[in-house]
Amino acid sequence: MPEILDQARTQVLGDGVGLDQAGVLAVLNLPDEHLPAALQLAHEVRMRWCGPEVEVEGIVSLKTGGCPEDCHFCSQSGLFTSPVRSVWLDIPSLVEAAKQTAKTGATEFCIVAAVRGPDDRLMKQMREGVAAIKAEVDIQVAASLGMLSQEQVDDLVDMGVHRYNHNLETCRSYFPNVVTTHSWEERWETLRMVRDSGMEVCCGGILGLGETVEQRAEFAAQLAELDPHEVPLNFLNPRPGTPLGDRPVVEGKDALRAIAAFRLAMPRTILRYAGGREITLGDLGTRDGLLGGINAVIVGNYLTTLGRPATADLDLLDELKMPVKALSATL
Amino acid sequence: MTELVAAQRWCDRCGEDASTAGHESCAAARALEPPRYCPQCRRRMKVQVLPVGWSAVCVEHGESRG
Repeated sequence: MPEILDQARTQVLGDGVGLDQAGVLAVLNLPDEHLPAALQLAHEVRMRWCGPEVEVEGIVSLKTGGCPEDCHFCSQSGLFTSPVRSVWLDIPSLVEAAKQTAKTGATEFCIVAAVRGPDDRLMKQMREGVAAIKAEVDIQVAASLGMLSQEQVDDLVDMGVHRYNHNLETCRSYFPNVVTTHSWEERWETLRMVRDSGMEVCCGGILGLGETVEQRAEFAAQLAELDPHEVPLNFLNPRPGTPLGDRPVVEGKDALRAIAAFRLAMPRTILRYAGGREITLGDLGTRDGLLGGINAVIVGNYLTTLGRPATADLDLLDELKMPVKALSATL
Repeated sequence: MTELVAAQRWCDRCGEDASTAGHESCAAARALEPPRYCPQCRRRMKVQVLPVGWSAVCVEHGESRG
């Protein structure tokens, strides 16, 4: 057994203290033959510190495309030659999307907009949309609207948005290679305001942007420092027309190593499968990740791409005897 | 489901001539993507992805859903 896994068994599983950056790097560098042991330990950590339940979420794009930012992985930037056009979702359709999500058993519905930060029109749409959802659908509402002002943070709390997603996307040292129109620190400032407001913080990122293994470990350590309620883990799905459109997808074993490592860095967080898992891991890898530290999934489609049917994930959870977290347990 | 099936002159993923070679990867990718170009006129469509399904609107040829 590699020394780092012995250390993690005592420190993370036993004491609930996550690995530091050096420890995460050691896990990310484990040879293939030790990957099953790392996943098994990460699973034990998840079961001990989070339990067997899996949090299920659906997401929808309220405002698609036309974003002024240049996040190099994103097909919704208006600065690239991506075929994604700008479109707004009307409120009846938003409510219908929330109903579709609730039917899967999901407890979370995240409303997302491709913006630098919300303007008055978007905040008005949010206020009306969240109220309409709460009137008709039994589900918790989260939001992801880019960088916020303090006033906007307060408005979202007032609307009843209980969790806010704002991904750091990658580590601080690599961020300028991925985004040039705003800084990692600006994102951190929004996250600080969200946490201080009492909303739950959801913050993760994307693996496979060209970062090194060392930078992947740096990212895990920076997320652990933030200590978010939830960490969505995406794997790059290279989008046509974006600067990262020709990058290779993350190798399945590297993705699984990252899942184990991030779990061992953050034993208590909700670690969610997000975009890209279908092409990076496929069906078999999806199962391996759920048995290797993942305890939340986005079901159904994503913002501009399609996921596998919600029933496929729900059937898998049933087979693995992992109960879907109930709404009453999250309130 | 009302996929865009009529007059597939243009590839609905990349917008290029559908009769030319090389669209196997587009077809494979479409399993996890909605269409982006109208297959009849190659205009970029307004596409809304929903948790279940999608809709795509061509200004000339109307809406399709999947």
